[in-house]
Amino acid sequence: MEQKAASLRKERIDRGIKVRTDGIYALMSLRELAYLSVPRLLLIVGMLLLPFIMPGMYWQRVISIVCIYGLLALSFDFLAHYVGLVSLGGAFYIGVGGYIAAILNKWVGFSPLFSIPAAGILGGIFCTVLLLPCLPLRGVYFAIVSLMYPLVIARIIEALNILGGTDGIMGIGSFPNQWSEQYTMILLVLVFLFAMRRLVNLDIGLVFRAVKDNDQAVRASGMSITHYKAMAVFAASLIGCLGGACLVHIYMWSGISLFALDFSILPIAATVIGGGGTLVGPVLGCLILVPISELLREFGTLRIVFYSLILMAFIVFRSEGIMVYGQRKYHQFERWAKV
Amino acid sequence: MTDKTILEVTDATKTFGGILALNRVSFSVNEGEILGIIGPNGSGKTTLVNCITGFIRMNSGKILFRGKDITRKPPHKIADLGVTRTFQIMRPYFSLPAYKNLVIPLFSPRAKRTGGWRGGGKLGDRNTVGIDILEEIGFERDSFVPFKIASTLPTGYLKRLELARCLALRPEIILCDEVFSGLSMSEIASMVPLIERLQMEGITLIMIEHRLRELFRVANRIMVLNFGEKLTEGSPDQVMADERVKVAYFGSEDVEEVMTYA
Repeated sequence: MEQKAASLRKERIDRGIKVRTDGIYALMSLRELAYLSVPRLLLIVGMLLLPFIMPGMYWQRVISIVCIYGLLALSFDFLAHYVGLVSLGGAFYIGVGGYIAAILNKWVGFSPLFSIPAAGILGGIFCTVLLLPCLPLRGVYFAIVSLMYPLVIARIIEALNILGGTDGIMGIGSFPNQWSEQYTMILLVLVFLFAMRRLVNLDIGLVFRAVKDNDQAVRASGMSITHYKAMAVFAASLIGCLGGACLVHIYMWSGISLFALDFSILPIAATVIGGGGTLVGPVLGCLILVPISELLREFGTLRIVFYSLILMAFIVFRSEGIMVYGQRKYHQFERWAKV
Repeated sequence: MTDKTILEVTDATKTFGGILALNRVSFSVNEGEILGIIGPNGSGKTTLVNCITGFIRMNSGKILFRGKDITRKPPHKIADLGVTRTFQIMRPYFSLPAYKNLVIPLFSPRAKRTGGWRGGGKLGDRNTVGIDILEEIGFERDSFVPFKIASTLPTGYLKRLELARCLALRPEIILCDEVFSGLSMSEIASMVPLIERLQMEGITLIMIEHRLRELFRVANRIMVLNFGEKLTEGSPDQVMADERVKVAYFGSEDVEEVMTYA
């Protein structure tokens, strides 16, 4: 890094165009409009084009998996950075959503079109009710309990031999074709990404952020923090359960491997890489991490080593994450200023 | 100011481990009055506020608000009834701009009920109402102060923001936990009329203070706590004259000299 005199420090200033595009003035010119819309369009169009770019069946399947992890990472980022609940429950949401979709499809006879939304809502309610006892508490309890449930449920299914036991539930209806599968997933990610971004900037989103910032003041304002945390957990688990339901219909099989810890850990790693608190960052993180993890499959168990190295490099060199770094460069410029 | 009792505390007792923080404290507050609570450090003033607003459960005792028992209610239910509080250590939402801090209390069920609007209507959205309240409490409307992130605001504004958060709920009682502490003389001087105006608007105030001179100016009655017990209660003059208060507050040494300093 460049050495500068001690009396200078780096100063970051918002670009003029960022300030100009803050309000209604963004409509002033095409340039301002482009400044706002190009990054968003880039993401939307890029995601929609993915199925055409990917070579072969195998990589097209990877897109769907990326999207499922993307949904999980989105729900993790929302809970962790906007509500202050560190959730290790990715596997819990996937498992619950997956099994409910499997039951609805196999034994009730819902087609994927109905079983996926139903599994999302029912799974969201189920997860929220189970997580409710630890919501009034602050601290690490939510993380521990959300980590514990998938292990517990997997063992219960195994021990009692219910819901297909260790064999799982087979013969679940699939998506009509590969295209509908991929575009369902991509649209789910995009819709929930923009919906969550909208949500956190609404008044109720401010309340969520306030619960994270300072729960005592929220209680002193006459609002139950448990109530709002429960709403946030419902939103997050709904997203996760939708992902699980889709996964079951993609694999046409539901088993206790849905409760695997990968679903809890990888979204967190993706959030670290993508940049926490940006919502879009974690999705990008998944777009990077999941394909890497597929590429490294050839190395067998060694892949965990490479994987850890990548993570470590990110934590050491770019701990803020790609999106936070990118947004800063996009919105601000730096200059040396006299102290 | 009327003679109607709005808040009645009977035999409030709270222990922390072996320490008796509050020992059978009883008092009542009339509607529209300003009750000052003073006492040396560790005499249980903040504990009393925490007990009344439900942030701490009492071991025994009873609290009635307008004849309704609120002893075992959770904090948000008590705030919902209109018993609000400020925090001694300011608790704004540090990452949000000042006016956005008020969107949160304005979102509460009580604000929706008492405000006569639902996030729109003739009073404007919550942001507008928030800026209005901030102006009322002393944030200059046309300056950038209401739009600054709360973590960059100086103490004086944060204290006002605490009060503004209570006002957003349209409270019946505000329990002010040391709103004057940490402020400069001029900041206090601008705060006193504000307190007086709140009283004129019919809000009952319970003020915990260490700044006695300013408190005695605004308070109708003073209650003195010492080691968790109620020492005495009366008009500011009566309390000032009470020998036990002087001893408790300033030690038993040369009282006169300290008193003139205070």
